[in-house]
Amino acid sequence: MANETHGLSDADGAAVVLHGETVAHPTELQTAEAGMPQLDFTTYANQIFWLIVALAAIYWILSKIALPRIAMILAERRGTISNDIAAAEELKAQALEAEKAYQKALADAKAESARIVAEAKAEIKAELDAAIAKADDEIAAKAAESEKAIAEIRAGAMESVEAVAKDTAAALVAALGMSADQAAIDAAVDTRVKG
Amino acid sequence: MADAAHSEGGGLVFHPMDQFKVVPLFGDGEVHWYTITNVTLWMAITVACVAALMVLGARGRAVIPGRAQSIAELAYGFVYKMVEDVAGKDGVKYFPYIMVLFLFIVFSNFLGLLPLAFTTTSHIAVTAVLALAVFISVTVLGFILHGTHFLGLFWVTAAPLPLRPILALIEVISYFVRPVSHSIRLAGNMMAGHAVIKVFAGFAAIAAISPLSVVAITAMYGLEVLVAFIQAYVFTILTCVYLKDALHPGH
Repeated sequence: MANETHGLSDADGAAVVLHGETVAHPTELQTAEAGMPQLDFTTYANQIFWLIVALAAIYWILSKIALPRIAMILAERRGTISNDIAAAEELKAQALEAEKAYQKALADAKAESARIVAEAKAEIKAELDAAIAKADDEIAAKAAESEKAIAEIRAGAMESVEAVAKDTAAALVAALGMSADQAAIDAAVDTRVKG
Repeated sequence: MADAAHSEGGGLVFHPMDQFKVVPLFGDGEVHWYTITNVTLWMAITVACVAALMVLGARGRAVIPGRAQSIAELAYGFVYKMVEDVAGKDGVKYFPYIMVLFLFIVFSNFLGLLPLAFTTTSHIAVTAVLALAVFISVTVLGFILHGTHFLGLFWVTAAPLPLRPILALIEVISYFVRPVSHSIRLAGNMMAGHAVIKVFAGFAAIAAISPLSVVAITAMYGLEVLVAFIQAYVFTILTCVYLKDALHPGH
């Protein structure tokens, strides 16, 4: 054991010093007490007595007051720390919960708004379709009317053309110096126009 | 130490060992066992300091400690952990006794470093009582807990059979040297450091050397502050090691 050998060498060293003090210069010491006070056996009883008193006092102080108190403080601190950590965990869980709820609310709101937008779009589209159909009908009616008017006009024009042709034919016949009755001319023009 | 004084000669007077004298505080009478001496005074101051740190320091019972309470808790934790680590879980019930030893030694050592102070732990009478108390209680405890199995501490079963008697002899000798080394280590360290400082202080009387002397004293003082703590630590941890031997004999 390293400690033991170290202790031995210490002991040897101290013994040599003691030897040197007390034996090497015995004549140079002024008084008898000038040696090592540590080796003055008359003071041993005194030192040992007061040492035991001091140790007993320290033991009493430590075991009755100080050590239980410090042990209690340390235990209390450990308890406080673990409680605080538990509370922090709980708060963290609550915060996570709250965040989840918020995300859910956000998602719901998004879905709701999307639904409303889709509905509005559908409604608008239906209205728009109805309006377009109505406009188409109106346009178709207007177009039919116009066509009818055009047909009338065309019919009118045909009649006018016939009248002009008959007149012109009559005038031509007259100019050529021939005479023909109106009815023959009309029949001839009609057959030409139709043909 | 003392040799330096004589070789220097001249007007220099060295009394490096005077600081260790045990003298009555009141009157010059003989030192009886009950006489109130400087030993009494400085041990009382030690007890007062221990009480101040461990009781007054922790009186706030604060969850967040102040300075004094931090030191008290640090000392508690330091020794508690030492006992637990070295002597094991079952050594913890002897923690208060080891705490008493540690606090007494550490405060005695540091109080002894105050100028004009008396160092109680520099006396072999004091350290021998401490070491013998540890030795005897540890030995008795070993026999109480393990009976004759405690002697297995000296019978090294790991060694080859022919070697065992020789090893046993060595183990027994080393076991009985424990209290000697345990006590002289502490007292010797304390005494030597203080005596050396005193010798350097004696040299300060010569004007030419005094600056060097002051530097030397400062350096020694720094070293002694270190030694004061280390010796208390060493004494305590060795106590734990001996306690471990008593609790778990056999290598």
